[in-house]
Amino acid sequence: MSPDQIGFLTLLKKEVKRFWSVLGQTVTAPVITTVLYLLVFAQAMKDRSSAYDGISYTQFLLPGLVMMAVIQNAFANTSSSIVQSKIMGNLVFLQMAPLGPFEWFGAYLLAALLRVTLVAMAMLAVTLPFVSLPIQAPWALLAVFLLSGSSLAVIGLIAGIVAEKFDHIAAFTNFFIVPLSFLSGVFYSVHALPTLWYQASHLNPFFYMIDGFRYGFFGQADAPIALSLAWCAGFFVLSSAVCLRMLITGYKLKK
Amino acid sequence: MQTAIAIAGVRKTYGRLTALRGIDFSIRQGEFFGLLGPNGAGKSTLISIIAGLTRMDAGQVSVMGYDTVLQFRQARRQLGVVPQELVFDPFFTVRDMLRIQAGYYGCGREAWPWIDEMLERLDLSEKAGSSMRALSGGMKRRVLIAQALVHRPPVVILDEPTAGVDVELRRTLWEFTTELHRQGTTVVLTTHYLEEAQELCERIAILDKGALQVIETTPQLLARHPFRFLRLKLADGSVLPESLRPMVVGEVNGAIELKLESGKHPIAGVFVALRDAGIAIEDVQTREPDLEDIFVELTGEHARPQEAGA
Repeated sequence: MSPDQIGFLTLLKKEVKRFWSVLGQTVTAPVITTVLYLLVFAQAMKDRSSAYDGISYTQFLLPGLVMMAVIQNAFANTSSSIVQSKIMGNLVFLQMAPLGPFEWFGAYLLAALLRVTLVAMAMLAVTLPFVSLPIQAPWALLAVFLLSGSSLAVIGLIAGIVAEKFDHIAAFTNFFIVPLSFLSGVFYSVHALPTLWYQASHLNPFFYMIDGFRYGFFGQADAPIALSLAWCAGFFVLSSAVCLRMLITGYKLKK
Repeated sequence: MQTAIAIAGVRKTYGRLTALRGIDFSIRQGEFFGLLGPNGAGKSTLISIIAGLTRMDAGQVSVMGYDTVLQFRQARRQLGVVPQELVFDPFFTVRDMLRIQAGYYGCGREAWPWIDEMLERLDLSEKAGSSMRALSGGMKRRVLIAQALVHRPPVVILDEPTAGVDVELRRTLWEFTTELHRQGTTVVLTTHYLEEAQELCERIAILDKGALQVIETTPQLLARHPFRFLRLKLADGSVLPESLRPMVVGEVNGAIELKLESGKHPIAGVFVALRDAGIAIEDVQTREPDLEDIFVELTGEHARPQEAGA
């Protein structure tokens, strides 16, 4: 193995160890939150139809909740790691190391993907006794999951680079990530929305992540799967281009 | 002798503030080199540029022949930097942190025995499994030194490594660093304790206001200003003769300190003037100029800010 590969793997392992050492916060907590959402909404809206043939509302709800957790946790993993290192000052160890922008990008992204995979698997495992989900389009499911988790990991990396304190990350989470993930059809089919909100939903990239993920389970969704995949891929490419440019130029990282 | 660090035409500005005004010098392999200057002189900016933490506006820096921008991977593998601030990662133990640091530099398990050896030599073995949070300031400082050395770099920069550490730890650190230097490592030191620089460094550069004021061997630097100091404690009620008053530079513990220029002010001449004026002397001491005196001559400031007002 070359020294560059060892460096990359070390950063990846370090990032995995970082979230692993606080597993209660990073995996267990989002699983509990999702289960609570599922219990409350499934109970409150049990008489409501899902708008999909042969799919109960509880079944409809679960993929959206899982994807919402993926979105929020992928973002939180990278953004909190970078901003914490900046505030503690230990980012210098990484900045002085012989690691290039692509190693940073890849290691942070893969660690976040591993965390959200654990979160998603744990959610599906915990809810399995109550909700059974078919998997009609596994490749679409996997592609949407990977593209969505990666995109939000990269957005988190961008936010971490730009942020100078935790407040900046909290603002980004509260005013961008949470509203867009809640207004993306997690709890409802966008067909049930008034025209204006229906159209607005189609400009929200998180809508395509949730809708495409749901397609993977049910083989049906609000938007065509090709469109959802295109949005997810486009969002990933765009966010990656911005992030890599920041890492290559040292934006906000080098004085 | 080959060059360890070459710095050519390095300029850096922060907005309207010019931090470095075109710095040119090089550090030879195997040297124990001192980089000195008052606060704001540009030392930290220069070290940050060498380490890759700061972008230079113009110029070129290489470490062991590798350009720090174009060949940053090779250059950084040749360099270990001990930062000035006590920074640490709270998620890891001391040993984990050192293994991670070694990994960044491409070192695998083969580096583990060296890590254990450093822990032993820096008296950290008992704390190897402790969280970085649980360590005292002095221990964190030692971990920082170990982190800079995990990949056995041929060039090490220590940025104020003894700031705020007790005398015992300072001695331990210097023994360790001197041993490293003896084994062939190039050591670059910045410090506000000039007696350390005088004792340890073979060659010294003094920066001031972003420019290189002087770069010479320590003996050359000390011989640069041929003067010596004479402290006189006069008998009660005695007043220094008028002819000696221009030489007075201060008063220390009731003794008057005179600055004598070699060749111009022989010590014997002072005693003749005192005898002719009928003044009795209670005590007399001479002192050769030290680095602090040279530093003040060149920069107009003391190395340690708290001494400026003393």
